[in-house]
Amino acid sequence: MNAFWVATFGTSVIAFALKYTGHNVPEKIFSHPKVQAINALIPIALLSALVAVQTFTEKSKLIADHRLAGVGVAMIALILKAPFPVVVISAAVSSAAIYNWF
Amino acid sequence: MSRIESTTFRDSLSVSFTVGAYGTAFGAAAVANGFSVLQACLLSLLTFSGASQFAVIGVLGAGGSALSGIATASLLGVRNGLYGVIMAPRLKVKGFKRIIAAQVTIDESTAVALGQEVRGEKAMRQGFWLTGFGVFFFWNLFTVAGALGAQAMGDIRAWGLDSAVPAAFLGLVWPRLVTNRDRALAVGCVVFALAMTPILPAGLPIIATAFIAIAVGLRT
Repeated sequence: MNAFWVATFGTSVIAFALKYTGHNVPEKIFSHPKVQAINALIPIALLSALVAVQTFTEKSKLIADHRLAGVGVAMIALILKAPFPVVVISAAVSSAAIYNWF
Repeated sequence: MSRIESTTFRDSLSVSFTVGAYGTAFGAAAVANGFSVLQACLLSLLTFSGASQFAVIGVLGAGGSALSGIATASLLGVRNGLYGVIMAPRLKVKGFKRIIAAQVTIDESTAVALGQEVRGEKAMRQGFWLTGFGVFFFWNLFTVAGALGAQAMGDIRAWGLDSAVPAAFLGLVWPRLVTNRDRALAVGCVVFALAMTPILPAGLPIIATAFIAIAVGLRT
């Protein structure tokens, strides 16, 4: 079984275990404000890091290429309060344009 | 159908379709990052949590190990556990129904349920189940479409799919950046992840930022 299969099933098993555990623990355990704060902050940290790594790196090297244009356009779309599909599609279109023309 | 129920129904359906349509982006991105169509579909069926799914394909696509991908996706999945904690006392289900409830416990089903609070607990339960099943249906349907579409494209860079993935992450994180602390954390994690990329094995710079989030959370 290659890494992609391991990742597919490993992620799925843990994702369900986390959901199911939540349904089986008493509510008061997680009422602490610091737990709530960390719960809100972890997605911000991980997603921001993913944006950075997916935009600026290739095989552990930092580079700026057509993806920077795509993500830049996505950011403009988000500032203009565009819906999610518009954000993703405008990024893809501008990135493809740069990639194909240069 | 009473007026209360129709409002809940409308909330649930509109969220289900809009969010489910993002499944196209996931399916396409999964294939673009080296996953097969079958693996993309299994992730949507079994993992069924958008941010976690994008994370695992993002980490493996960037050359990270399966373990790094699973760890990043799982850290993002922790919040579904907290939603379960909130929803369980309101759903009051056991056995097989609890297993199904757990699987559809995600951002959207919880958000719509909590949004019905003024209409009472029955409306909350309806909102949860309708949105949970609705997103599940559309998310999986659109994942297949996106994955097959990307497979037919060939060179994904020529179609901009390699930018669609970080753009999707940006779209997922953007609404979460409410306070200055949130924005400072986001910028800090971008800088940290990039600075660590040439040094640490692929995937680790991403997971490591979870500890920055914990440190910031503990100080507040």
